[in-house]
Amino acid sequence: MYAARVIGTVVCTQKDARMNGLKMQVVQPVNLVTFKDEGKPAVAIDAVGAGDQEIVLVVGGSSGRLTEVTKDKPVDATIMAIVDYIDIEGKNVFSKNSKEI
Amino acid sequence: MQMAKVIGMVTSTVKVKEIKGITLLVIQPCNSKHVAFGQAIVAADTFGAGVGEYVFYSKSKEGAMNLPIPTACVDAGITGIIDSVYRKV
Amino acid sequence: MQLAKVVGNLVSTHKNETLKGKKLLFVQPVDDFLEPFGNEMLAVDGVGAGIGDLVIILAEGGSARMITDAKSNIAPIELCIAGIVDSFSTENNSVTTK
Repeated sequence: MYAARVIGTVVCTQKDARMNGLKMQVVQPVNLVTFKDEGKPAVAIDAVGAGDQEIVLVVGGSSGRLTEVTKDKPVDATIMAIVDYIDIEGKNVFSKNSKEI
Repeated sequence: MQMAKVIGMVTSTVKVKEIKGITLLVIQPCNSKHVAFGQAIVAADTFGAGVGEYVFYSKSKEGAMNLPIPTACVDAGITGIIDSVYRKV
Repeated sequence: MQLAKVVGNLVSTHKNETLKGKKLLFVQPVDDFLEPFGNEMLAVDGVGAGIGDLVIILAEGGSARMITDAKSNIAPIELCIAGIVDSFSTENNSVTTK
């Protein structure tokens, strides 16, 4: 899984019928140590109800299909957790309640 | 599978229900000379590995097969804790 | 499948039950000139390979579980050693290891 920041939503009317009702979010991957943006944004299906600018965990590949929301749906990236804290080597690098540390 | 060093922990209250109670660790992939490569990722852990320990993990669907629910939505999971590594120079 | 060189092994007592008794080897992918490329990986041995051997690695869960005789279909094995190379030849190079 990788950490990412939710930066937007996507709405599609024309799509595979199995994807109807799924919420799509644009996520920007972030480095877990430096917390800087890293790589290109991706579109992920939201299985937990994440909000804008929240830090989330994204599962890639076929594992993304293994949630209740995305079961048997044609997806390759799923938001499966909303991050509260990240500690690296004993030091808190991210806390949901205080955005900037 | 790949070797990695445990460098941190992620706490999350809102998550898919299959991984409730499972520890999420931040791990940095490395080679057998302990040289890091690639980006740190988050992996599910049921072995109780601590920060600073060297572990090995499975990727993709196999990552979830270490968990009580082997079909959980997880793409990286700790498969074991490394005691020692032997390599030819 | 890919050509790789076995460069090391590891010992782990605290590991997934289904890996008990299985050998874990570090493999380094190599090209047809035996030049290493990419990152080292960890493979479950299915054929009795040792350090220094040139081997074929296979990176697909279902097939890897078959080759390594995993008794469980939820053994977390996604990379295994599927063969020890005796010789190979490409248009660039040919190598005999024995």
